[in-house]
Amino acid sequence: MHIIQKLGLSLFVIALLIFTAMLGIDNHVLSADNIRKAVDNEYHQNALISQAEEQGILDKAYSTSFAFVPAFKVLLKDAQKSLKAQVKEGLPEGVKKSQVNLPNWKFKDYTFAATRSTNTGPVASNPQLFLLLTFGLGILGGLLYILPKFNLIPGIKHDHIYHRSSTRGLSFGWRAIFLGVATIGTLLYGVYYMGDQYFWPALTAIIALLIIGLVLFYQGSIRRNPSKSASPSITGWLGILTGVFLIGFYVLLYWAPQHITSWIIMVDPVSKMLNGGAASQWFLYGLLYTIVILVMGVRMFAKYRHNRYHLIRTGSVMFFQTAFAFLLPEILVRLNYPYFDFKNIWPLNYTFFFDWNLNNLMNSGGLGLFMLVWGIVLVVIAVPVITYFFGKRWYCSWVCGCGGLAETLGDPYRQLSDKSLRAWRFERWIIHGVLAFAVIMTAMVLYTYFTGEKEVLSFNSNNVRSWYGFVIGAGFAGVVGTGFYPLMGNRVWCRFGCPLAGYLGLVQRFKSRFRITTNGGQCISCGNCSTYCEMGIDVRWYAQRGQDIVRSSCVGCGVCSAVCPRGVLRLENSSEDVNQRATAIRALHITEEGVSLS
Amino acid sequence: MHIVILGNGISGVTAARHIRKLSDHQITIISAETDHFFSRTALMYVYMGHMRFEDIKPYEDWFWEKNRINLLNAYIQEVDFNKKSLTTSEGNQIAYDKLVLAVGSAPNKFGWPGQDLEGVRGLYSYQDLQYMESHSDGLERAVIVGGGLIGIEMAEMFHSRHIPVTFLVREQNYWNMVLPKEESSMVSRHIKEHGIDLRLSTELKEIIDDGTGKVSAVITSTGKRIDCGYVGLTAGVHPNTGFLKGSALEMQKGILVDDYLQTNMPDVYAIGDCAQLRTPRAGRRPIEAVWYTGRMMGETVAHNICGQEIAYDPGIWFNSAKFMDIEYQVYGDVKAHAPENHASIYWEHEDGKKSIRLIYDKETGAILGFNLMGVRYRHEVCEKWLAQATHIEEVLQNLGLANFDPEFYREYETQVVQLYNQQTGKSLQLKSKRGLNKALQFLKGVAS
Repeated sequence: MHIIQKLGLSLFVIALLIFTAMLGIDNHVLSADNIRKAVDNEYHQNALISQAEEQGILDKAYSTSFAFVPAFKVLLKDAQKSLKAQVKEGLPEGVKKSQVNLPNWKFKDYTFAATRSTNTGPVASNPQLFLLLTFGLGILGGLLYILPKFNLIPGIKHDHIYHRSSTRGLSFGWRAIFLGVATIGTLLYGVYYMGDQYFWPALTAIIALLIIGLVLFYQGSIRRNPSKSASPSITGWLGILTGVFLIGFYVLLYWAPQHITSWIIMVDPVSKMLNGGAASQWFLYGLLYTIVILVMGVRMFAKYRHNRYHLIRTGSVMFFQTAFAFLLPEILVRLNYPYFDFKNIWPLNYTFFFDWNLNNLMNSGGLGLFMLVWGIVLVVIAVPVITYFFGKRWYCSWVCGCGGLAETLGDPYRQLSDKSLRAWRFERWIIHGVLAFAVIMTAMVLYTYFTGEKEVLSFNSNNVRSWYGFVIGAGFAGVVGTGFYPLMGNRVWCRFGCPLAGYLGLVQRFKSRFRITTNGGQCISCGNCSTYCEMGIDVRWYAQRGQDIVRSSCVGCGVCSAVCPRGVLRLENSSEDVNQRATAIRALHITEEGVSLS
Repeated sequence: MHIVILGNGISGVTAARHIRKLSDHQITIISAETDHFFSRTALMYVYMGHMRFEDIKPYEDWFWEKNRINLLNAYIQEVDFNKKSLTTSEGNQIAYDKLVLAVGSAPNKFGWPGQDLEGVRGLYSYQDLQYMESHSDGLERAVIVGGGLIGIEMAEMFHSRHIPVTFLVREQNYWNMVLPKEESSMVSRHIKEHGIDLRLSTELKEIIDDGTGKVSAVITSTGKRIDCGYVGLTAGVHPNTGFLKGSALEMQKGILVDDYLQTNMPDVYAIGDCAQLRTPRAGRRPIEAVWYTGRMMGETVAHNICGQEIAYDPGIWFNSAKFMDIEYQVYGDVKAHAPENHASIYWEHEDGKKSIRLIYDKETGAILGFNLMGVRYRHEVCEKWLAQATHIEEVLQNLGLANFDPEFYREYETQVVQLYNQQTGKSLQLKSKRGLNKALQFLKGVAS
């Protein structure tokens, strides 16, 4: 390794350590002032302050959020009780019960806000310094690690991917453990998340078992051991560590943001600069996400600087993330318009048809209405038409944010996707299942929106949508989707979960000019194409028999074509043979009529 | 009927797959190398860590059972052609009704002193790869002998692990008995660019023992001593037919087969690297040890075994390779030393890593061959032009149809046409650019 690269890697690791350690640096000081900052209701403020005083914890400093949060929850419950008692004793004229009572659903918001406002210490008093030490140092280290790669001779650089602990993937056992723990853990936490409603987690578990049964028994996969999908013997410890870190990050981000308030406070200055307000966990995430795509995009530029398809495609995802997903919505907020990502399409953007979003857009004047129409046009016209011309790649590997992260940060892990027939069977059931779930959920939400009823067929549409948001929006897309990069490849979400990818895929499979052509008889079955297919398509299966590849999952990243040592694969569009795309055979074949290509 | 196939390489496996497509015969593939078929050409990627061994197996392991193809890991010591029976090294007997010999090649050794020392080995089999792997730790230098396709692969493999490589090539330029001069020197430059110690016009004279039966150095034909811990022998391969010597099977360099891939023994066929055609097609060699011909022979033999007599016809020559970072494709007749009637247009990119060469007949103007470096051309289009002996000027004007480079890549066909115009004083224009629509129309015979 180049000396500059070693320096870069060290700086990056230091930045990562500081970033992680930051969560334990600040204290949480439960002062009356801090409570007032966190709680917007005067009755609640006073109840909390007096309860804290009574318990002798007012002005107490907790050393971590993990100590503070439980104590604050006790405080909230006590405050709730005392407020109830106040209401019972009778309220002054003109004061409503609802103004005084502290409902359970407020707990989450108050806890988060209080953890944030009580943050006291180095981070809270000097966020810029920490921004420099984490983001700044991390970017510097990353770039120092990446830049020397521009000096290498251009060409495919996959040497030692399977020799490195960080990128070699898991053995079957470890994969089963991670999948099992992630699924069961999410469902169990789901019970708590849904307020002790067992119905949704149980229904999801039943559907999961049904799919497992279908694939293993009905479709016979149990007899077909997927011999190549994970490695029988090797396990990459650094990869596991990275996976655990990412999973932990997403769990905190989605479900316990009260424990990452130091990170959020750190990016406050940036948030204030961009949208004028304080940062939320989503601002932190958006900023981090964009920076990661930009830095790792530079890495893609270095790796593929001999390949114009990848240069342009990478430039495209970097642009759409920075301009459309990050900057533009922040600017809109600053101008008092709704937060809107113009390239996020339903059903990936599953909240688009939610009542609050529709109302928000309709109450935001001409621009709001334009956003509403734009969002619908994307779903109804743009997706089918553009996919017809270019395949789903126009979105998945050129525009989409999830795709952008997968193609940049995820690139070192693309080889870990499972190429077995079994995985393909799971994929089809799961992704189309999620698509169906998204459609049904949205239909129910719209039904209640237009009719004003709360229930559809005795299901509360609010519950349906909060379960979707929890299990698909956060669990699948975030925790598993990105957390599993080093465990099962960089497109777990896009391949198995994304409902929009499912929709685009149906168009691509049945009516599109796009396919990957194979070049006559030149395939040597080496397997580079399949290995580096992030979607787990066994490209070689088609290439060696000279069949064009028409698969709903293909995101058209073009890496199979790039890694092919014999120039066999090309991403192409043609209207000539739209309906015979999948059947054309181009390999040399010996028949009774002689040798022929076809 | 029990069909036994010796060898689970591309030839044997293709034969088995097509026999299964055409019939319900009992099929057994026997190999002592690995349990399952793998892509031999991809062994290098396992060493370089691009793939795991599992990844270079083209089919999942359940494929064979599902298609009722029995796999047997055994070494066949003896074939009794009269009794139609095979004997394994463990003494087991296996009876066959038809036998397909697809036993492949073995690396050449030319009687160099020290060629059997430890740390001296070719690269052909899975075992060769394991051997190379087990000798790589702490290796301070490797010497590779023989400038062919496997030689450069091996150089790239060691280079990927930062093991210094000295590459001895007998010729004045890398692979110049196959590649025309310009392409050959392009690859030679590229090898040196990677920091590999390429020694042209240099042969191996002797391999030196370190006193314990291990290699310690080589002496070259120029008298130089090069200290090394490994010697890769990559000076070509020969049919792996040692175990058949002395039998009634008629052999020369390889197992002699007729147009139907049949040997002199009844119900015995030979295909792939080990087969030697009694009457090769004009301009073709009797033994062609390449992946593609092995695959075509496998398909042909399947038809013949299943009662459809089809003479082996490898069609128009094509091949491909990758020299470190430079891809290579060839279609048709491209000679290292152009015969009298061959004329060629050679265009090279200013970066010295891409080139396009078109070969045509001086007299008739018919296109004869395409040689591509760092540029991809479409097999079907080139093949159609070659089969129809299309005039070079027609080819040039439509050259874009053949371009198979990824989208957004620069197209150089205009420059090729300009070069032709300069050389001939003509003023042709490029009419077709890259694109699948036009290529498909051309292939379907719709006038462009």
